[in-house]
Amino acid sequence: MDQTTPARRTTVTVRPSSGWVSMRSRELWDYRELFYFLTWRDIKVRYKQTAFGAAWAVLQPFLTMVVFSLFFGSLAGISSGDVPYPVFAFAALVPWTFFATAVALAANSLVEQERILAKVYFPRLIVPAAAVLACLVDLAIAFVVLLGMMLVYGIVPSAAIVTLPFFVMFAAATALAVGLWLSALNVQYRDVRYVIPFLVQLWLFASPVAYPSSLVPEPWDALYGLNPMAGVIEGFRWALLGEAPPPGPMLAVSVAATAALLVGGLLYFRRMERSFADVV
Amino acid sequence: MPDVAVRAVELGKIYRIGERQSYQTVRDVVAAAARSRLRRLSRRSGAAPGAGPSTRGEWVWALEDVSFELGEGEALGIIGRNGAGKSTLLKILSRITEPTKGFADISGRVGALLEVGTGFHPELTGRENITLNGAILGMRRAEIDRKFDDIVSFAGVERFIDTPVKRYSTGMHARLAFAVAAHLEPDILIVDEVLAVGDAAFQKRCMGKMGDAARSGRTVLFVSHNMAAIESLCSRAIWLEGGRTVADGAPAEVISRYLGTCLSVLNEHVWPEPELAPGNERVRIRRAQVRPEGGDPSDQITVATPFVIEFEYWNMRADAHLNLSLHVYNEQGVIVFNAVPTEEAVWQRRPFPRGLFRDTCHVPGHLLNDGVHRIELLVVEDLSRVIHRMEDVLVFEVRDADESRDGWYERRVGAVRPRLAWETEHLIAVDAAARRDG
Repeated sequence: MDQTTPARRTTVTVRPSSGWVSMRSRELWDYRELFYFLTWRDIKVRYKQTAFGAAWAVLQPFLTMVVFSLFFGSLAGISSGDVPYPVFAFAALVPWTFFATAVALAANSLVEQERILAKVYFPRLIVPAAAVLACLVDLAIAFVVLLGMMLVYGIVPSAAIVTLPFFVMFAAATALAVGLWLSALNVQYRDVRYVIPFLVQLWLFASPVAYPSSLVPEPWDALYGLNPMAGVIEGFRWALLGEAPPPGPMLAVSVAATAALLVGGLLYFRRMERSFADVV
Repeated sequence: MPDVAVRAVELGKIYRIGERQSYQTVRDVVAAAARSRLRRLSRRSGAAPGAGPSTRGEWVWALEDVSFELGEGEALGIIGRNGAGKSTLLKILSRITEPTKGFADISGRVGALLEVGTGFHPELTGRENITLNGAILGMRRAEIDRKFDDIVSFAGVERFIDTPVKRYSTGMHARLAFAVAAHLEPDILIVDEVLAVGDAAFQKRCMGKMGDAARSGRTVLFVSHNMAAIESLCSRAIWLEGGRTVADGAPAEVISRYLGTCLSVLNEHVWPEPELAPGNERVRIRRAQVRPEGGDPSDQITVATPFVIEFEYWNMRADAHLNLSLHVYNEQGVIVFNAVPTEEAVWQRRPFPRGLFRDTCHVPGHLLNDGVHRIELLVVEDLSRVIHRMEDVLVFEVRDADESRDGWYERRVGAVRPRLAWETEHLIAVDAAARRDG
């Protein structure tokens, strides 16, 4: 507050908390500026330190798409329906790369910023959340490339494209949910750091990036939605490429899975938060 | 009637020994779980975090039962040895870590400076770091924008403001970091030893800023090992020891009590039984004492205080020609001076009969520098033979005095710190001379 106004003197009580603590959403709102600055810093630092800068955001999914097109699309002959395989794969790689990067950055965010955690108070939730949010810039850049590819292949998006913001938020929520769990666990158990690359790799093959989710036979496809990235990716494809049936039961299961992960992650994070400064 | 800004009630914080450094791997957890199960089988568990003595099993109370009330506008200094719980207290009050028991009510916006430059990123420019660091310290965006120019000029980095801070010198980095912190204007300012940055001149400005904060009615909590700074900035001091409050009161009083235990100071020594006293068949020491002129051995000696060094001793032989010789050493092991009773008028060069004698050596103020001094006693016979020698018979501290420091917070160098007469004269005014010539 401006010090010229004899500000509202709120009294805060510091006391041991026990069990599951509340979300203190009011406090999060009070710290929105710090949230903004940390996100801004994460974006700035990421592009300053690299020689290629923003090109990485494109290069990584693009090269993956090339390799996938060659091996899965041409050699293995995986069907991508009516859509050319490269666009099919890239439409999935855009949200997937976002998710993979965001999870890895969020998971390491608390440990990397241990100095701040040990010296300054603020709601710790801001740190992994800012890491996830900063990755949206990568997503936006890659998305522009995707639009270019669609133009080249002459794919016109249907009206379903209006649902795209929902799927972007869905992807961010999923990344945050996983990031919250991993970042809090990482403070306590440093093995998490080694688990992340492996986890992300496994998750890639368990998600319909290189193949369509229709490969999963009928009674199981809803179950497949338990992997929330299945819902996110199929949602992206549907919104952009206008593949015929909108993802139904599978998407519902995915949304429910993300919601459960996110609520659990928030609760776990809040519970562990108070000891971060002591342990990190 | 000032309102209460901070009210701490029976604050306590327990740590597992070494917990702060040891994050775990899953393997450690599994191993620890197995161990504790085994232990529980073999005996009743005793390592629970319960109340009681400071150490029990693997748990340590870093802070225990600390209560105080701090009025709005009070400046509280917190002193104590390393590991006494000072930083833990600050961390609890700034909400970085939670207390294990007790609570604290804090009214007003808190600004905690537990470290200078928290969150500085080497890749970002000075400008960007000011914004970021300000936000981390809790400044609003509008506040940062308003103070931006002041911060830059305080740090003196105008020319490099758009250079990444990784190219800054250590000094520039520290100055910029402190400059941001110094412009924080919270209701309650919590500061931990941040003055240990920069050169003496910059330190002086930092202390000035701290003083301004304290005088402008801000509530300040300040941890430092610099007693002179605490004494001049704070209106009150708390001394923590082993996580508990030992003393709470006026800074001068608390500090002198603290320093009294802190160094193995030996201002007085008495040997009532001559048979057990140090010495030999010729001389036995009865008492040794150092005290301010007109004061007690427990009174503090500052660089300005005249003080006396006094010895009582038994002369065991008739017609002995004795004199004492004192070597006063400083912390560096340098003999600052050697005192002998050449100015003594009565017993000089006279034979001593048997009996108890007392020698008092008067040391003027403004002679010794601050620091711990040791006295070595030599008993000399016939002006040449040392018949008894005692090292470190007295150990005393000369403290820095606020009034003689004159805004200088670095230690003055030198074995002595005399006050010297000094004149400066303006001999030729160049401007006037030039005018006359032209």
